[in-house]
Amino acid sequence: MMSPKIQRLNDAVAKLLGERVVSLSEQHNQLTLVVRAADHNPVCLALRDAPELRFEQATDLCGIDYSTYGDRPKDGAVRGTRFAAVLHLLSVTHNWRLRLRVFCPDDEFPMLDSVIDVWPSINWYEREAFDLFGIVFAGHPDLRRILTDYGFIGHPFRKDFPISGHVEMRYDPEKMRVIYEPVTIEPREIVPRVVREEHYAGDK
Amino acid sequence: MAEIRNYTLNFGPQHPAAHGVLRLVLEMDGEVVQRADPHIGLLHRATEKLAESRTFIQSLPYMDRLDYVCMLCSEHAFCMAMEKLLGVDVPLRAQYIRVMFDEITRVMSHLFGLAALGLDLGAMTVFLYCFREREDLFDCYEAVSGARMHAAYYRPGGVYRDLPDAMPQYQPSRFRGANDLKVLNRNRQGSLLDFIEDFTARFPKCIDDYETLLTENRIWKQRTVGIGVVSPERALALGFTGPMLRGSGVAWDLRKKQPYEVYDRVDFDVAIGKNGDSYDRYLVRVEEMRQSNRIIKQCVDWLRANPGPVITDNHKVAPPSRVEMKSNMEELIHHFKLFTEGMHVPEGEAYAAVEHPKGEFGVYFVSDGANKPYRMKLRSPAFAHLSSMNEMSRGHMLADAVTIISTLDIVFGDIDR
Repeated sequence: MMSPKIQRLNDAVAKLLGERVVSLSEQHNQLTLVVRAADHNPVCLALRDAPELRFEQATDLCGIDYSTYGDRPKDGAVRGTRFAAVLHLLSVTHNWRLRLRVFCPDDEFPMLDSVIDVWPSINWYEREAFDLFGIVFAGHPDLRRILTDYGFIGHPFRKDFPISGHVEMRYDPEKMRVIYEPVTIEPREIVPRVVREEHYAGDK
Repeated sequence: MAEIRNYTLNFGPQHPAAHGVLRLVLEMDGEVVQRADPHIGLLHRATEKLAESRTFIQSLPYMDRLDYVCMLCSEHAFCMAMEKLLGVDVPLRAQYIRVMFDEITRVMSHLFGLAALGLDLGAMTVFLYCFREREDLFDCYEAVSGARMHAAYYRPGGVYRDLPDAMPQYQPSRFRGANDLKVLNRNRQGSLLDFIEDFTARFPKCIDDYETLLTENRIWKQRTVGIGVVSPERALALGFTGPMLRGSGVAWDLRKKQPYEVYDRVDFDVAIGKNGDSYDRYLVRVEEMRQSNRIIKQCVDWLRANPGPVITDNHKVAPPSRVEMKSNMEELIHHFKLFTEGMHVPEGEAYAAVEHPKGEFGVYFVSDGANKPYRMKLRSPAFAHLSSMNEMSRGHMLADAVTIISTLDIVFGDIDR
């Protein structure tokens, strides 16, 4: 059951976007909108400028790699659903939030349109998603790595990137400089990841 | 005629005014900043990736290590996001304890921010005064959790334990005479709540002292007024939250607008600035300390009068008591499963945001029903604030860039994650 306010937001989004809505769902009193990658930029612009919505602030952009979601086999994944960017929008005028998810159409070369023209605050968040997941934002003026080291190889938050990484760094007293070597850490898992049957943890 | 060119200046990563490990590449024309390019990530520990390989509860102490001057607020957002997914309720007493410690944390953070701002601009005395009061708040942390900084005190469904009945006291040593000891222990005779109440009684006077030193100080004003001005519209577009946004005159405070826990039951005002410059942001933070002090006092009064449970009795989420665990088979199983496998969080996604001392701190969980999060995203306020460094510092002098970094109130544990 949606609260009246979420219902109002739900109706306004559905009315404004019409055909462009792929799905619009509510969970825990939060609304999630999914749109196609091709509609990404115009939808964001509409969400910001429509007077009945007015999402003037993008608080967050989160890249997600869905390749092992629910421990599904990697090859059984539906093509074009591996990478997604999730935007969290906030309207200060109306005091409501919206989650906007866009899947990247190509798993091999995930690419989305940048929304930096819509919200300048998204600048570093897109750089972060590029750095950590390799999602390319077309139209971003300065798409450099941001969190990882200079000269880092790979996209560390992808599910196929090991948590211990590929290289380790140490100071070599003979060469008198810092060198990179393949990691010597054995991968280990102390608490295994378990997905239980439904209603196991007392969920409703 | 000499050839005049812009030159590039490396500011940091080990500069005391860089507030941690910020490498700022400044393009200078004489002493005027033309372009600022912050290089971050020198403290990147991949907290979000680490959380994917640990159970939910094992990731909780990482929250303290994000913004290491406002520890419990980050834990709060983490617990709130989990509670949303799990659908558990928090006992009222735990909500009051959380609000009280959030506000204590806010005071600590603003004291630290003020001290650092003072130090960066050459006001050493403020630094010493602020750290004196901050030390008392660390004692509150220590009394309640055993750790001065990294408390790990909040839990999904409540807080780890109730407030202690006795405040730890200074012990005699050969460096302290009996009289010194008596003075030091004067406000530590009763419970933690008595100690906090004593603090709230004397703290407004301390804030007056800081203000005497700074607010009307000519040098202070010359260094802060008109530095790093951001208009309200621009502040929203740049993703500003918290005191940065309020300093620009936007009355947006999650504690008022989207109240969580018991913020709708306590009485406080939201301070906003007018001009959006560094001076206004300083004033907003000082006023927020006064308001936090009010909230702490109200929480102390409520907590004194209303005993009760401080954590949920849903033992799929919170461990049972030791006595129950040793006398009841089912509770033993709960205990064992909780501490070996961890709790299972239903499939779904949730975003929870709190009004962190620096702005909106959000935790976004995507869970696929396992005992570990599928993806955890931390929305840190300072990340958005620092990304506007270029825009804010352009056209200012090099010394003003220091002021701007300082009024952004950044902490690198939070930005680099």
